[in-house]
Amino acid sequence: MPLLRLVPDGTKIPFMRGRHVGLALSALISLASLVLAVWPGLNWGIDFKGGIVLEVRTQGPADFPAMRAAIAEAGVGGASLQQFGSPSEVLVRMEAQPDEAAQQRAVAAVRSALEQSIPGARVVRVEAVGSRVSAELFVAGMTALGMALLAILLYIWFRFEWQFAVGAVVTLVLDVTKAVGFLALTQIEFDLATVAALLTIIGYSVNDKVVVYDRMRENLRKYKTMPLRELMDLSINETLSRTIGTSATTFLTVLPLALLTTGSVEGFAWTMLFGIVVGTSSSIFIASPIVLLLGEHRLRRGVEAPAAPAGSAG
Amino acid sequence: MMYFAPWKIASIVGGILLAALLAVPSFVDKARLGAAAEWLPWRQIHLGLDLKGGSYLLLEVDMAAVIRERLDNIADGARTRLRGAGIGYTNLAAADRAVTLRLTDPSRAPEALRLLRELANPITTGMGAQQPDLEVTATPDGLVTLALSEPLLREKATQAVQQSIEIIRRRIDETGVVDPLIARQGANRILVQLPGVQDPERIKQLIGKTARMTFHLLDETADVTARTPPPGVMFLEGDRGRGGAPERYAVRRRVEVDGANLTDARAGQNPQTGEWVVNFSFDSIGTRRFAEVTRNNVGRPFAIVLDDKVITAPVIREPITGGRGQISGNFTAASANDLAVLLRAGALPAPLTVVEERTVGPELGADAIRAGMIALAIGFVLVVAWMLLFYGLFGAFAVVALVVNMILLLAALSLMEATLTLPGIAGILLTLGMAVDANILINERIREEVKRGRTPLNAMEAGFKRAYATILDSNLTTLFAMAMLYAFGSGPVRGFAVTISVGIVCSMFSALVFVRLLMVQWYRGRRPAALPV
Repeated sequence: MPLLRLVPDGTKIPFMRGRHVGLALSALISLASLVLAVWPGLNWGIDFKGGIVLEVRTQGPADFPAMRAAIAEAGVGGASLQQFGSPSEVLVRMEAQPDEAAQQRAVAAVRSALEQSIPGARVVRVEAVGSRVSAELFVAGMTALGMALLAILLYIWFRFEWQFAVGAVVTLVLDVTKAVGFLALTQIEFDLATVAALLTIIGYSVNDKVVVYDRMRENLRKYKTMPLRELMDLSINETLSRTIGTSATTFLTVLPLALLTTGSVEGFAWTMLFGIVVGTSSSIFIASPIVLLLGEHRLRRGVEAPAAPAGSAG
Repeated sequence: MMYFAPWKIASIVGGILLAALLAVPSFVDKARLGAAAEWLPWRQIHLGLDLKGGSYLLLEVDMAAVIRERLDNIADGARTRLRGAGIGYTNLAAADRAVTLRLTDPSRAPEALRLLRELANPITTGMGAQQPDLEVTATPDGLVTLALSEPLLREKATQAVQQSIEIIRRRIDETGVVDPLIARQGANRILVQLPGVQDPERIKQLIGKTARMTFHLLDETADVTARTPPPGVMFLEGDRGRGGAPERYAVRRRVEVDGANLTDARAGQNPQTGEWVVNFSFDSIGTRRFAEVTRNNVGRPFAIVLDDKVITAPVIREPITGGRGQISGNFTAASANDLAVLLRAGALPAPLTVVEERTVGPELGADAIRAGMIALAIGFVLVVAWMLLFYGLFGAFAVVALVVNMILLLAALSLMEATLTLPGIAGILLTLGMAVDANILINERIREEVKRGRTPLNAMEAGFKRAYATILDSNLTTLFAMAMLYAFGSGPVRGFAVTISVGIVCSMFSALVFVRLLMVQWYRGRRPAALPV
């Protein structure tokens, strides 16, 4: 049986020709994403905003008016109810209470009100995060993102040239901002799980960039006189089959997760899927043009002198 | 590179078989395995609370209360000592982190300082040295400051948290929760995990009470309707004042006997009235103190105070020398029992507040496991199909490697006794997708080398060699991101960082060593003229 090929052999697509358009478009989308994150804004989950979430399961379809009445009677204001999954699953959300003790009183009051006045209702999940803790979680999440980018910058700098390190990190920032725009557009809850998704996107995307960069480094040694632009096109084409193959398998493994789970893991999975697509395209269209922009003259310095004939292995 | 000595083959295969054995405990019931379980190192993957159901509480120790109490004590001590020595002072006040007072006669400052320094408690610092917890200074015009020192405040926080952990553990143990996890987190927080607890309300109530019980004398001459109590006296409300206006008691601040001197407390019924009571007994110090107080104050009332509420204030009828006593005060069977639990476990050094709660019911956890496992199975099938379709025989090698990768991953997680969470399952899935990346890289590389006209063995060798550096670099960068997630993430999200990191490390072995072994053995057996790429 002949093997399937996703990418035909020996492609010579001149990706670099579209580099200006690609970069401009990417920057534009990222900018738009940041605007979206401010307006209409992200859907902040309780991890970062603080507040209370109760997941309630009822026998038969949930009676929303009765549940609202029960919560009102418990003396807790500002609760919003939302169907979640099947008609017998309801999510009750409340804003963070002024202090932790009030928060705990609200949880206890709503919980017992629902379980007592709605026959057969069960509270299957409670999450209550105080506003101090949520502020700390947010800082920790952002620190993790920042530190990951810094660690990657330093490592690639150490293993390659600084142009590659800057190229990779700028690309990662462009990727992550787009993912944030995706979160704003889809109103997927922005919580710890989505920050985990952003970090995984960073990890995944940089993995992709390193493979392309690695090939460039190899080709820089092999074809000493080839213009940098051409060399980048060659490297991207040579690794294209792998770039798309790996993206496809990763995409395939995350897809069932997105379709089968609910709640924060579902949000994680959809964000991941978006990130895989963005990360793959940025490996092809964005990461290398940035290196070209930064290193057009510098990367070849001192190597061109002998003007040796083109690579021997070809 | 493309040759494996027999001992190497044996150790690779042996290693994988050992890993399979190590993964067994996570999937098999110990009882069912019988004798075999005895010689296996029995380490299992644990299910996280989000999969098993249970309650996660983050508690915060109210350090301000600890400091306030210490300052109150110091102020009290200063008052007694200065009065005893006949040194006049004004404006005695406990401020933020210090007690200040003004001597009426600044010339007596040296004497006052000597007396006040005796109030300091020595604290052992991290270096093992002993230091007083109080810095006593005086200005020339007679302003004396008794300040708690900063590093020692930190020391105090550590002590308070550790003491609290011990007491919380005792209280939770009384409730019969199986395998609770209680650990310090950060400077002044305590993490409590309660597997299987669906409604942590009762536990929160048990934890939420300081349960500091003290015995005081009442000041019978004080006017309880006055706005402010006389010096050395505090107005406390009675606990029994349900319905009507709460009673008010003028309680002397001085603690006659402390609840810390209790050795036991049990709920019981008064045989005459059938009323629920708590019977308690003192240790030797408590017995002596209690006997002394009751002997000297026959006919006068004393108060049993619990967390700033007077539970009961009986009149002492006769000296109590046996070290036993009884508290009665409108108890039900449940509340008498809870109080007995609290008294047995001891008082918390400071009040605790729940700053974060996450509770998942077992049915939701079961749903999560089911969804995660189905997703895992589908993801696995999809990757296998993809690899076979696009890479044929070498794809099949990659699939075998993927199975080996899973075995290694599960063995490593079992050995680490890692906690598997739903994000952790997501991590395993992502590992599936990313683990074949190494194989794709190798296979693509071999294809290229074949096209360049290399012989099969040469192409395979070059493929592995060239792909090696790439795989290392690309995987290391991913590991950085996951290390950050582990360092700064919390709860279930950490499980994700763990599974994916372990998965990546395992995938490097399975792709770079195991697949190479498969290919070499296949090549030596068949000697094909061309590679199936």
